[in-house]
Amino acid sequence: MIITREKPIEEILSYIEPYKKILVVGCDGCVQPPRGLREAEKLASMIEMAKKAKGQEVEVAATTVTRQCCIEGLRNQLKVDGYDALVSMACGIGVQVLTMVFPELPTFPAQNTVFIGYEEKREGNMYEACVACGDCMLGYTGGICPVARCAKGLMNGPCGGCVDGKCEVEVEIRDWKGEVVEVVKNDCAWYLIFNRLKQIGRLDLYRMYRPPKNWALATGPRRL
Amino acid sequence: MAKERKAFSNLMKAIERGEFVYTGELEPHRSIDLSDVKDWATTLKNTGKIVAANVTDNPRSDSAISSLVAAYLIQRDVGLETIYQLRTADRNRLALLSDILGAAALGLKNILALTGDHTKIGTTPAAKPVFDLDGTQLVALIHSLVYEGKDLDGNEIHGPKPEINVGVAGNPNMDPLEAEVLKLERKAEVGADFVQTQVVFDVEIARKYLRAVEHIGIPVLIGIFPPRSYGQASFFDKYVPGVTVPKEFIEAFKKFNEIEDKARRKEKINEYNVEYFVNFIKEVKKEKACAGIHIMAVGYPDVIGPIIEGVEK
Ligand code: SF4
Ligand code: SF4
Repeated sequence: MIITREKPIEEILSYIEPYKKILVVGCDGCVQPPRGLREAEKLASMIEMAKKAKGQEVEVAATTVTRQCCIEGLRNQLKVDGYDALVSMACGIGVQVLTMVFPELPTFPAQNTVFIGYEEKREGNMYEACVACGDCMLGYTGGICPVARCAKGLMNGPCGGCVDGKCEVEVEIRDWKGEVVEVVKNDCAWYLIFNRLKQIGRLDLYRMYRPPKNWALATGPRRL
Repeated sequence: MAKERKAFSNLMKAIERGEFVYTGELEPHRSIDLSDVKDWATTLKNTGKIVAANVTDNPRSDSAISSLVAAYLIQRDVGLETIYQLRTADRNRLALLSDILGAAALGLKNILALTGDHTKIGTTPAAKPVFDLDGTQLVALIHSLVYEGKDLDGNEIHGPKPEINVGVAGNPNMDPLEAEVLKLERKAEVGADFVQTQVVFDVEIARKYLRAVEHIGIPVLIGIFPPRSYGQASFFDKYVPGVTVPKEFIEAFKKFNEIEDKARRKEKINEYNVEYFVNFIKEVKKEKACAGIHIMAVGYPDVIGPIIEGVEK
């Protein structure tokens, strides 16, 4: 899933300052935490209240689509007549596809797209685990990604910064407002890889030398 | 297991002759003035026992003058061979190749291939970290340039091949040690010539490591750091990740700390360091894999000469 964090309401308001009829578009796709109709409605009423408090005339509506990353789906599902700006609740892809499908309207992001990750449980902690490098090496690393989960993205780790199984780099855990709630040391990805490969009797995979990665495969913009 | 190995540097030549070698450490700052670093290099050289000294590259990700330039100027002006530290944290494979060829053109003979600390922990945390290669891949790149005259993409270099020996960092404090041993096998496989380890205080830890890596056949220089004060000793104990300082060592320094008279305190600390590290070195020297000692203490000349003399006595 793609993990996003809400932008501060002041930032969203600054984008839509000049517009009077606004449609907030949710996304029922993979974006997490949920950014569907309920969340779109909530943002719509916040915008409306804030604008009205400033004495500005405004009409804000909310809707949602199956997923904002499909051009055809958006064409079939979304009607934007009568609006003069769109606010997307989806990831950075959603914002761009809305821009492509409705070039006559400006589309603004309501989210910061943070990472591709997984969650502990509903509304639990979320963890980054893949950066879409284009050449998946999980088969050599015991199913644990060193590109996304090692702070240095090393191919032949661990580095000297691994102490007691923890990484030298501290990580800020942020809440949904982006505020730092805790600073922690993550598990060293290579420590996990070593233990996993040992567990499955494949330390040969740990021992092997992995040549430099082909970053050309991760150099965008990519197409399929 | 180790790859083809030629000795280009004084350091590697001394190791090949079977000499027990000593290396020192130089840490240029965020400054274009290298005078204090050169002074320290001169002190190291004048011991007559230090064959080469490392020149650090943005250590702890604190920005500093180019280690390539500093290594060259020190070698030229002081006449002490340098070990140019090069980290992949700040340079991609193009920039690394440029610097390796540059180093060879300037007559540098040793590179210590490092991954380096993460940029996020240093002076410039918002920097985009590079890590295009890791330390092991940097070894492979250097080996390929030196022996094949090609980079890792097969691009040939024109004219003579660089003549450089490549060292790597070792970590005897790593737990589990097996992970470290396999990693060193990997580094030797792609062409590492020698190892310099992290600081070790505990002779047992050094011995265990040396025995565990002996089969690889790569010469190891064990890192030591005689502390100048109780503060420094307990800093290693408390704040340097993974480094264990034996209890009696810390206790001894704690006692010295209570001595009021400065000169007397200093004398006691020096005496203790000399005795402790002479014994330490005599013990690790017995191990087949141990080719020498890397002395990391910067700006503490009082004990270096006496330690080395004590070992040789
Ligand atoms: S190796 Fe690449 S594709 Fe595979 S999980 Fe990691 S980042 Fe994603
Ligand atoms: S400590 Fe582990 S996770 Fe952190 S940078 Fe080093 S190898 Fe990567």
